[in-house]
Amino acid sequence: MSIDIRNLSFSYGSLLALEDINLTLQEGRFNALLGPNGAGKSTLFALLTRLYALQSGDISIAGHSIAQHPAQVMRKLGVVFQQSTLDLDLTVAQNLYYHAALHGMSKRQARPRISEQLARFDLQDRLDEKVRHLNGGHRRRVEIARALLHKPEILLLDEPSVGLDPATRESLNQHIRQLCQTEQLTAFWATHLMEEVQSDDLVTILFKGKVLASDTAAQLCQQHRCADISSLFRSLTGVTE
Amino acid sequence: MTFRDLLICFNGLLQRELLRFIHQRSRFFSALVRPLLWLVVFASGFRAALGIAIIEPYETYITYEVYIVPGLCAMIILFNGMQSSLSMVYDREMGSMRVLLISPMPRPFLLLAKLLATSLVSLLQVYGFLLIAWCWGVEAPLWGYLTALPAFLMVAMMLSAIGLFISAKIKQLENFAGVMNFVIFPMFFLSSALYPLWKMREANEWLYWVCAWNPFTHGVELIRFALYQQWHSEALIIVCLVTLVASVLAVTGFQPQQGMGKRSR
Repeated sequence: MSIDIRNLSFSYGSLLALEDINLTLQEGRFNALLGPNGAGKSTLFALLTRLYALQSGDISIAGHSIAQHPAQVMRKLGVVFQQSTLDLDLTVAQNLYYHAALHGMSKRQARPRISEQLARFDLQDRLDEKVRHLNGGHRRRVEIARALLHKPEILLLDEPSVGLDPATRESLNQHIRQLCQTEQLTAFWATHLMEEVQSDDLVTILFKGKVLASDTAAQLCQQHRCADISSLFRSLTGVTE
Repeated sequence: MTFRDLLICFNGLLQRELLRFIHQRSRFFSALVRPLLWLVVFASGFRAALGIAIIEPYETYITYEVYIVPGLCAMIILFNGMQSSLSMVYDREMGSMRVLLISPMPRPFLLLAKLLATSLVSLLQVYGFLLIAWCWGVEAPLWGYLTALPAFLMVAMMLSAIGLFISAKIKQLENFAGVMNFVIFPMFFLSSALYPLWKMREANEWLYWVCAWNPFTHGVELIRFALYQQWHSEALIIVCLVTLVASVLAVTGFQPQQGMGKRSR
């Protein structure tokens, strides 16, 4: 199950945010989208999740065009947004049941899935706790558990580690990698932090709305004769982290 | 996509709105303060100045308090409808619109289901107000409270759909103050909520016609008649037509990027 982006451009009025993006994600792998703030990552995610309407180009997921078959596409997508979208006044369970209902799952259908996902993230004891009382790391985990509730085949994560301490960031990153391995999940992880990328990840470097490079991190480093992803990023964009 | 999926989705939306309502009790009480001020303070002051002749649907002379209660119910619905519609366009509720819009259900269904869910919840405030008004001595026929329920709901849908449409179309109305000055107050004052239209006609023919064309007037009259167990076919037809047109325009004109584009790139 993969995402195929063809000739995608998007502008906010006269400001071009994305320019002729072409990209194919690797199935069942951890795909990283690397770019500084303002590169166009969130715009790309908004287009992938249909929050923005396509202006030109096309996105297809598992062969279905996002514009023509939105329902089929959205069923296969799980999304974790950059800003938290949990309802702070509701409990973890209430937030998860709400998401399940939006995907047509009754409470009876959702209950075992919620237990399964929360157990996976070691949050089963927090079911009846208000989200407001959870720390940032736990909230993020709840959001990922929520995104996986309807068993999507592709998980989009827009800077999911923003605002988290290094240890939590690392564990979250490892967790998603594990899911890719065990569940054949295709993850698309947007970040501006180089340390979240590993050498065998498919990396797409987005800068000022353009794709500068897209291949595995190791291949890209080899092609551009860079020691690591950080120096590759610097040499391609001229931006220091 | 089956009917069952849609039903589950709507049920989830409604439950969430109810839970939010329960969690925000202070908002509930503060929303009651406004109409109660009108009823207790304004109406008491105006009672002496403004006598109401016998007009339909009332069978006898009524006090001014009795006259303005249906209009104040519509006012609660108006404020709630505009507030929730505005938050749908400008994503004020902690990104909850994003969660809603990534659902695989058809987008027009999601928007209308959300409008219906918030409309149903705003009825709780209306009945809260009617209960206090009843304690204050403003009573409608007992069955009227039940026959008014569909009228409340229809008016709530109409006003939410109008709210969603104008929030999506008029960029200058991106905050509630703007909506209050340019939508809520003109709609409320240029209607039959506070004074019968014949009184307005005596004062100014032009203003009378503006009031007569205001959909809110027909919403108020629909509620007024339903509360006294009477039909008002003209108001019913106008409310239905305006709801239909506003819903179609709101749903087709809805662009989530309008509220989100400014926040993230």
